[in-house]
Amino acid sequence: MDPAPLLDISGLCVSFRTDRGLVRAVQDVSLQVRAGETLAIVGESGSGKSVTALSILRLLGEAGRVDAGRIVFDGEDLLALEDRAIRAIRGDRIAMIFQEPMSSLNPVLTIGMQVAEPIRLHRNAPWKDAYERAGELLERVRIPDAAGRLGDYPHQLSGGMRQRVMIAMALACRPRLIIADEPTTALDVTVQAQILELLKELTRQANSALILITHDLGVVARYADRVAVMYAGSIVETAPARALYAAPAHPYTRGLMASIPSIDGAIGARLPTIDGQPPDLARLPPGCAFALRCPHVFETCRATPPALMEAGTAGHLRACHLDADAAGAAVQERT
Amino acid sequence: MQAYIVRRLLALAPTLFFASLIVFISMRLIPGDVIDLMLAQNDIATGQDRAKIEAALGLDQPVYLQYFRWIGGVLQGDLGVSLWRNVPVADQLWATLPITFELGFLALIVALTVALPIGVYSAMRQDTAGDYVARSFSLLMLAVPGFWLGTLVMVFPSVWWRWAPELEYTPFFEDPLKNLAHMIVPAILLGLSMSAVTMRMTRTMMLEVLRQDYIRTARAKGVGEALLVARHALRNGLIPVVTLIGLQAPLLIGGAVIFEQIFVVPGMGLLLLEAVFQRDYPVVSGVFLVVGVGVLLINLAVDVSYGWLDPKVRHQ
Repeated sequence: MDPAPLLDISGLCVSFRTDRGLVRAVQDVSLQVRAGETLAIVGESGSGKSVTALSILRLLGEAGRVDAGRIVFDGEDLLALEDRAIRAIRGDRIAMIFQEPMSSLNPVLTIGMQVAEPIRLHRNAPWKDAYERAGELLERVRIPDAAGRLGDYPHQLSGGMRQRVMIAMALACRPRLIIADEPTTALDVTVQAQILELLKELTRQANSALILITHDLGVVARYADRVAVMYAGSIVETAPARALYAAPAHPYTRGLMASIPSIDGAIGARLPTIDGQPPDLARLPPGCAFALRCPHVFETCRATPPALMEAGTAGHLRACHLDADAAGAAVQERT
Repeated sequence: MQAYIVRRLLALAPTLFFASLIVFISMRLIPGDVIDLMLAQNDIATGQDRAKIEAALGLDQPVYLQYFRWIGGVLQGDLGVSLWRNVPVADQLWATLPITFELGFLALIVALTVALPIGVYSAMRQDTAGDYVARSFSLLMLAVPGFWLGTLVMVFPSVWWRWAPELEYTPFFEDPLKNLAHMIVPAILLGLSMSAVTMRMTRTMMLEVLRQDYIRTARAKGVGEALLVARHALRNGLIPVVTLIGLQAPLLIGGAVIFEQIFVVPGMGLLLLEAVFQRDYPVVSGVFLVVGVGVLLINLAVDVSYGWLDPKVRHQ
């Protein structure tokens, strides 16, 4: 029996008020993250991965609302906490890194102040000590001449350097869990790998768990322990990273994998793509959300939404009607 | 930064030159000249008297010569003499400027203490009852003309409660309390009329800033609402608000003319009004010169304050 996970999301449903009415952005999502583990949430834009992440710290804003579900972190139900209590957790035990390092740092405050702020808030440290610690943190994220740059403003730094500042800020209070929402999407390709390496290394050192949100399956392979693939607000497949790569079980995941350019692929060959567009969340089909684009679609898919079920190996779940009996049988055989 | 300020100060000169030219000419375009007004007080004056007075006041010369003589004097620090009172214009300005400055300063304080908190509140509680009340109040203050409000404040309290605003001016350094008792009512009215636009701007800017990614970052760090506003949002939101305050500076002068008249404040506004009625050309030109310099200096101060508010400007 596993020990209780650090973060346990069960049955999360989130909807957004829009001009076209209430839109369900996240539908019945359940996820677990164990202490020190890296979970990757993969999906295209609009799949609900960022919304899921924002729900954890209750940062959805005015328009978003959690309709159902529980998010238990370290024994506490985050969704039931008072505002003051959730604020005490934000930036202290759970930290977040955002996608856009250009706009995610306050332009009128020095980076030293922004990195020192959570230490001051949660550790009640005097500014002087907090700044000192901020200098150390900037050094750990390998910002050259860190102590001398505490007084710099964000516009004086490059995108990669700013994302390093964001990481330093997230690490400030040694959080148990770091949520990184597409931390490298806005960066140059050459900088992306550096930042991910750094993030992985520092989270491992601090023994923090990491939720890495990305649309890049290539990133997942190198950095994640487990993967959850999201499509149209739901998890369609989740598995240990190795198992997912060895045997992707959902047609969507297979499509994603096939569309990663391979270094030994034929020169000039067209990269396979998934036909069609992600569905409109306001008008989801009654059955499987992927049915419209799925090459293996059959009658049941259009009528009944598939549930997450074991697919072959332990901890490998998928939501698909295809060969459901065969996959189930494989599980039966092992047990 | 210092070089920048010096450059800006030098750029004042041409602006002031053209402004003074326009004022000088437009004053003479007003029907009825100063001599007519002087003679009207004296039934027995004849055509000869008119020529004599004109010559004495230097008004017999062509307008462009009059202008050059005036501007020549200004360059030597001599603003001329009032046509009516035989008092140097500079003395009159020195006597009235501090009073108007005090009124404007108090009004600005009133405007900011009303506009900033309500604007921030309105943005934080967008579309609640409080927000609607604040926005309605702002619209009302925009729509109500100052002279009407001033008159109401003069008339109704005295009818209802037998109380009227103080109308006797006491210099500040003689008795600060009495001085403030007199100045506070026009300052509040002037400040409120200024606060309307500032409040709406503050609200709009705060709403804009509160949507920014860095505000979400601050929330994700565990920053509470009060600190979120004070440390993370306000300074970003204030940059355009400060511009607006600079743009409102001339409005403040216009408002001062009205409220000084209603509440009998012997400031520059009252001086200007009298001078325009009496066609006292040197006084009008002198007042506009001071107003021009004042407005330009305020705008300079606004530009310099960007450097404090926005580090990007500071590093350029």
